[in-house]
Amino acid sequence: MSATTTHDSSKNYINHESGILSWLTTLDHKRIGLLYMWTVLTFFAIGGFYAMLIRTELFTAGKTIVDAGTYNQFMTFHGAIMVFMVIIPGVPAFLGNFVLPLQLGAKDVAFPRVNLLSWYCLIVGAAIALCSLFYNGADTGWTFYTPYSIDTDNGTVWLVLGAFVMGFSSILTGLNFIATVHKLRAPGMTFFRMPLFVWGLYSTAVLQVLATPVLGITLLLLAAERILGIGIFDPDLGGDPVLFQHFFWFYSHPAVYIMILPAMGIVSELITAFSRKTIFGYKAIAFSSIGIAAVSFFVWGHHMFVSGQSEVAGIVFSFITMLVGVPTAIKTFNWVATMFQGSVRFDAPLLFAMGFLFLFTIGGVTGIFLAVTAMDVHFHDTYFVVAHFHYVMVGGTLMAIMGGLYYWFPKMFGRMVSDFWARITFLLIFIGFNVTFFPQFILGAMGMPRRYYDYLPAYESLNKISTIGAWTIGTGFLIALGVIIYAMKKGEKASDNPWGAKTLEWQTSSPPPHENFINDPVVTAGPYEYR
Amino acid sequence: MGAHHIIPAKTFLNVLIALLFLTFVTVWVAQFDFGVMNAFIAMAVASIKGALVLMYFMHLKYDDKSYLVIFFTGIFFLFVFFFFSQLDIVTRIFEGNTL
Ligand SMILES: [Cu+2]
Repeated sequence: MSATTTHDSSKNYINHESGILSWLTTLDHKRIGLLYMWTVLTFFAIGGFYAMLIRTELFTAGKTIVDAGTYNQFMTFHGAIMVFMVIIPGVPAFLGNFVLPLQLGAKDVAFPRVNLLSWYCLIVGAAIALCSLFYNGADTGWTFYTPYSIDTDNGTVWLVLGAFVMGFSSILTGLNFIATVHKLRAPGMTFFRMPLFVWGLYSTAVLQVLATPVLGITLLLLAAERILGIGIFDPDLGGDPVLFQHFFWFYSHPAVYIMILPAMGIVSELITAFSRKTIFGYKAIAFSSIGIAAVSFFVWGHHMFVSGQSEVAGIVFSFITMLVGVPTAIKTFNWVATMFQGSVRFDAPLLFAMGFLFLFTIGGVTGIFLAVTAMDVHFHDTYFVVAHFHYVMVGGTLMAIMGGLYYWFPKMFGRMVSDFWARITFLLIFIGFNVTFFPQFILGAMGMPRRYYDYLPAYESLNKISTIGAWTIGTGFLIALGVIIYAMKKGEKASDNPWGAKTLEWQTSSPPPHENFINDPVVTAGPYEYR
Repeated sequence: MGAHHIIPAKTFLNVLIALLFLTFVTVWVAQFDFGVMNAFIAMAVASIKGALVLMYFMHLKYDDKSYLVIFFTGIFFLFVFFFFSQLDIVTRIFEGNTL
């Protein structure tokens, strides 16, 4: 980058324009990424607050702080906020928005206005969802299962409509990313020179576009069932309540991969960058993302083994579900092989990536337990399932988001995060996480049902341990928030490429100029030419 | 892509007439009871109408073939959904499940 002479280097995308209105009407993918960041962080704080309330209530058997009805609402809001407002937009819409065009060497996403619209969809959807609080709240859990969701208080309709509108945000982001990847790659950036985070986002985008409309239909049908009594799910009117579960999981299982695939992309970036070594099995990792996305559409019935679904369907779904383990294991082995004999630097982002490897593997393997129909009869709706998906979603996705945030932070704000404090947050979150959720595997195997307000005395000591772990995670995230805000204001100035990484976003200045690159980049080699 | 194809107004008119005719067919067959075939017949008529709209009004017949691929991807996933949910419901009856 020698031609920066004519460019005013103090100008960047953050100070390109000023005033709150310039943010609310921005078409710059980097600024929209930051809008998403603050939105997702806010929702994460709210969802996390509910998590703390839930665990505090479960600290002792019987009533601890709230009554049973309120507890059901806490549990519903925790689930719905974390799924629809934090983890689903967390990687694609926040980190993806910021990083994807930079990694492709593009000036922006393909449809900048649609990009802004998708952020407004999230905000409007969230506002509608919050209206449910005026109607005694919603208490169905984030899955809105019929028949209860048809009979319960009207708060459910608002939450459902909110999730419906937020679905558009997800679809629009996905559409935008697909078009961007196909049309806006820099000269020389062939598909197999794309960074693996782009591959992860691309597979995710396909899922967002194909699966999310089904959620929209499902939620509309549910609302129509409640308001008009059309009889799709109500057996009294000739409907089938299990059909709701088919509809719901047709979206929500692929949604699990909407949450995890881009996170796996982040992990690929982090591991290769901090091992200073070419990624092992680039194509295997790229294609396994597509493989996971494809298989994810054929497995949804594993959520329904004890719902009254037929045995034949159960066996078919059980078999296909186990196939997911294959591409997932391919990725895991490739990551470990990448680190092998690398010059590994244990900076905070890599610690989070390794936390991901460790926790996600536990989450994945316990997923295979649950895929076995005979075991699922016992584990279904127990804390074993709760522990399993928290290992995948928190141990997997959230670890990756934290790692990615620390990794790209210098690019976003032009300042470094204190590595010491970032490691402290890692330790607190990682240890707290295991203290919270490992006992839940045991509780589940002992038979403690999930979502219950109360429990038998036999479960009390493990629940106490779990709650203490939750407080530790909470402390870790609070410190992380402090570390990040401090770094934004007072962090040490970052160079353009503080980690010595090879992907394109590190070739421009930190923070990047409004148009991303002063000179259009030309790509002549793969993304990880370390050695 | 390619040159913008202009469809003569006469074609649109013919399609409109076909759609109106098929609407009458739907209403007309509704008075007969064909048992389990009721839904199939209604869906068949509706599918022809849908196909006409997609081909002419939405230009799929003239546009770049990649749009057709995208459209059939959607149809494919609809069939995935039908296949597995029907696999459940049909075999449930077969297994004598009371649900
Ligand atoms: Cu699933």
